[in-house]
Amino acid sequence: MWTFFHKLGSPPWLYGIAGSILRWLLPIAVVALSVGVVWGLLYTSPDFRQGNSYRIIYIHVPASVVALAGYYVMAIAGAVSLIWKMKMADIAMLAAAPVGAALTFVALLTGSIWGKPTWGTWWVWDARITSMLILLFLYLGVMALYEAYDNKAAAARACAILALVGTVNIPIIYKSVDWWYSLHQPASIKFTGESTIDPSMLYPLLLCIVSFYLLFTCVLLANMRVEILRRERKTGWVRRLVGES
Amino acid sequence: MHPVRKQRLWVVLSIVLFSTVAIGLAAYALRGNINLFYPPVDVAAGKAPLATPIRVGGMVVEGSVQRSDTTLETRFTVTDYQANVEIVYEGILPDLFAEGEGVVASGRLGADGVLQADEVLAKHDENYMPPEVAEALKNSATAGVTP
Repeated sequence: MWTFFHKLGSPPWLYGIAGSILRWLLPIAVVALSVGVVWGLLYTSPDFRQGNSYRIIYIHVPASVVALAGYYVMAIAGAVSLIWKMKMADIAMLAAAPVGAALTFVALLTGSIWGKPTWGTWWVWDARITSMLILLFLYLGVMALYEAYDNKAAAARACAILALVGTVNIPIIYKSVDWWYSLHQPASIKFTGESTIDPSMLYPLLLCIVSFYLLFTCVLLANMRVEILRRERKTGWVRRLVGES
Repeated sequence: MHPVRKQRLWVVLSIVLFSTVAIGLAAYALRGNINLFYPPVDVAAGKAPLATPIRVGGMVVEGSVQRSDTTLETRFTVTDYQANVEIVYEGILPDLFAEGEGVVASGRLGADGVLQADEVLAKHDENYMPPEVAEALKNSATAGVTP
């Protein structure tokens, strides 16, 4: 197990393995996402109260779920970077931040578009929505903090600490609708007990969630490959790679 | 694991632990302000301030909605099944406003216990189903069949 872990720290090995994972994972992600979105948007029944506007769920919920999970990816990579001083963990942490920020922004934007016809307002300072906005600022904060330092080793350390402190926000976002009175409804997909969304609407939603996870992984790996090449551009293996192709 | 790394692991764990405790305590201290609205039971108990902007949320009581014939004024009662609050609102209600559904109204509470609302938002619940399923559920409920 430790040999595998230490291999992860080798840039050429990680660059190669990320490339071969991407080669088959990206087509799967694109196909799964297309099927999920077309199924959800065109082949499900409208909701009994919201009509067609509920269909934004097929983008909103997957984006939100993966935005939260992506934060853990960033924070765990940050912890590995602090403990083992592994440069590849810094790269994973910094590759996750813009993807997570984009997903959080999509979640806030689609929520706002849905909120206007459903609730009657674009925005409300509700616990769920406000904590999601804080998540966006945490992602942007990690990105900005990294750029603020000239010494990139110190920058990565500061980013990792910020990412770790921010993990407290994730359970707050998740449980906000249960802990406080909020306008946002509680989760429809339940891990225990019966989900309060009809199975005909649930299956395409689950497919969309899985494909957002796959897409997140693909974009994360692609971002990491770019950053590895950028950092290692002066080394022999990158020169050979560029010379070959 | 190398002792230096083990030490760093403890530092990482304590960063997470202490920031969680600190923010947890702050959220606990501010819990009253994090709630978006007062439930009717708190209003009835006098916990909601009078004549300051507040929000009250609950279910619209069946049969309580009275619309004015000449103006946009609507009067209705919201409940949390423990207490009721009467709300007066002049304006256009959201499409999903209906009896038996959740709302959050913001406005000022008068001395008579009536909330003069300047905004009413529909609070959608977590139930999603096709119209046929909703119809079938309603029919089986009226027929006394438990699904």
